[in-house]
Amino acid sequence: MTNLTQLTLADAVDGLKAKKFSSQEITQAFLTQIEQSNDVLNAYVVVTADKALDMAKTSDAKLAKGAGGRLEGAPLGIKDLFCTKGVRTTACSNILGEFTPTYESTVTQNLWDAGSVMLGKLNMDEFAMGSSNETSRFGPPSNPWRRKNSNVKLTAGGSSGGSATAVSAELCLAATASDTGGSIRQPAAFTGLVGIKPTYGRASRYGMVAFASSLDQAGPLARTVKDAALMLEVMCSGDDKDSTSLHLPVPQWTKSVGKSIKGMKIGVPKEYRVDGMPEEIEKLWQQGIAWVKAAGAEIVDVSLPHTKYALPAYYIVAPAEASSNLARYDGIRYGARQSGDGSLTSTYETTRATGFGAEVQRRLLIGTYVLSAGYYDAYYLRAQKVRTKILQDFEEAFKQCDALLTPATPSAAFGYGEKGDDPVAMYLNDIFTVTANLAGLPAIAMPAGLDAQGLPLGLQVIGKALDEEACFKVAAAIEDAAAFTARPEKWW
Amino acid sequence: MSVDKNTVRKVARLARIAVPEERLDPMAKELNGILAWIEQLNEVNVDGVEAMTTPVAMTLPMREDVITDGGIQDQVLANAPRSEDGFFVVPKVVE
Repeated sequence: MTNLTQLTLADAVDGLKAKKFSSQEITQAFLTQIEQSNDVLNAYVVVTADKALDMAKTSDAKLAKGAGGRLEGAPLGIKDLFCTKGVRTTACSNILGEFTPTYESTVTQNLWDAGSVMLGKLNMDEFAMGSSNETSRFGPPSNPWRRKNSNVKLTAGGSSGGSATAVSAELCLAATASDTGGSIRQPAAFTGLVGIKPTYGRASRYGMVAFASSLDQAGPLARTVKDAALMLEVMCSGDDKDSTSLHLPVPQWTKSVGKSIKGMKIGVPKEYRVDGMPEEIEKLWQQGIAWVKAAGAEIVDVSLPHTKYALPAYYIVAPAEASSNLARYDGIRYGARQSGDGSLTSTYETTRATGFGAEVQRRLLIGTYVLSAGYYDAYYLRAQKVRTKILQDFEEAFKQCDALLTPATPSAAFGYGEKGDDPVAMYLNDIFTVTANLAGLPAIAMPAGLDAQGLPLGLQVIGKALDEEACFKVAAAIEDAAAFTARPEKWW
Repeated sequence: MSVDKNTVRKVARLARIAVPEERLDPMAKELNGILAWIEQLNEVNVDGVEAMTTPVAMTLPMREDVITDGGIQDQVLANAPRSEDGFFVVPKVVE
């Protein structure tokens, strides 16, 4: 039998249903891998071994009777952003201390209802603010991928760096992640995985630690397009506990995978060709265009003229919403309290100065500034209007095409510290991904090749609102053509 | 628009984050770097443009005005840094 930890999620689910192996066996296989690797890779910040084996036992009982849900017995990793009842959840921030939720996020509840098994909580940037996972209170994970003949430690991306590391290093079958500006798709590209952010409102935000509420969406990181479709189908649902949740039926996206893209019109936006973008990214993009053409799609040149304003708009909207959302962390009702000089104001100020890391503090100050008296119109309101312009760009483009094909990131995975200490240089990582968040559109990243140093590179497909199906169809066609089978060479 | 030390002090107070005096200048520099980059938005003509709400038109859902949750005092207090007799314990606020 093949190594159980190497299976795709879809194959593992089939194998479990066919009783080729038990959930306890595959769960134990992952727990063993985690035990051997996690000290080096730092993907998990909590390992729930006992809970996992209990859940696996329950799944095995159901599977024995030929019953069980769509993911019955499948072991998954959960980003530390999702509240899990009875399991410490901190969004990798010191300010949450040992916070242990007494309730479950809707997304994870949907996964448990479908029978999946929780292996533990995964590392991430503090409150999902970052593109390298370096802002985590637990330190960053290590990308399982390394440059050829080099032992330089690379980032697995962020903010879902732990999720990407765990799926890539075979420490779970698939993982939950979240995407506010590219936090699913950039780590996917950096680790040779598939990651999708659905249309805003598809996945409930209930029980997901809030960063920027008008941008945050949950989604999966997985090894194949089909696995990503399967995960997303289970994760999404209409939810009365989230007033921005869309009460629409969840399509059967797994059935989109493998459908022909013949006759589809694929737009190529010229503004995604940016200064200083490595030759290899451009080459990969051209290769992707050739693949979808060969699969029968028609290529259409389109223009998204406001693309360059997306990141600056994001760095107003996201910090503004974060400053409001994170006001709740005051050390009074939960989390770690620091008393300062003992007064109430000092308690607040000291709790927040010690509890929040440097990047979070920086964004909270930016957010507070742009929302402060006299500046609201100049910054936040203007940024929200620019968002409308960005959405209108997409709506214009979608009059001529069914989906857009772009690079996922402007570079391959980089080494820790290689971006220097200029926050803006780090923010530019999200240049191709952030537009879909601002416009609320679905977007998927999938591996398409390796660069000269042997690191994975990804492409991105952006769909119309509610048209995840187009994303899955085109991504599967590219996956087929790319035949990306490379895996990181095990060094850990 | 650029921020100075005094603005950072004021914003930090509004955000309830203690920023030590010696960090005010470096922080002003960092924030100005980001704000200067954000200024490009002024190039965009947004006259007559509505602020973005959502890509998928929807109306906020309504529900019956009834109690749907509650009676879980122990859960509410479960993560409190300090609690006593079913209450949160907070610093003294009234002299």
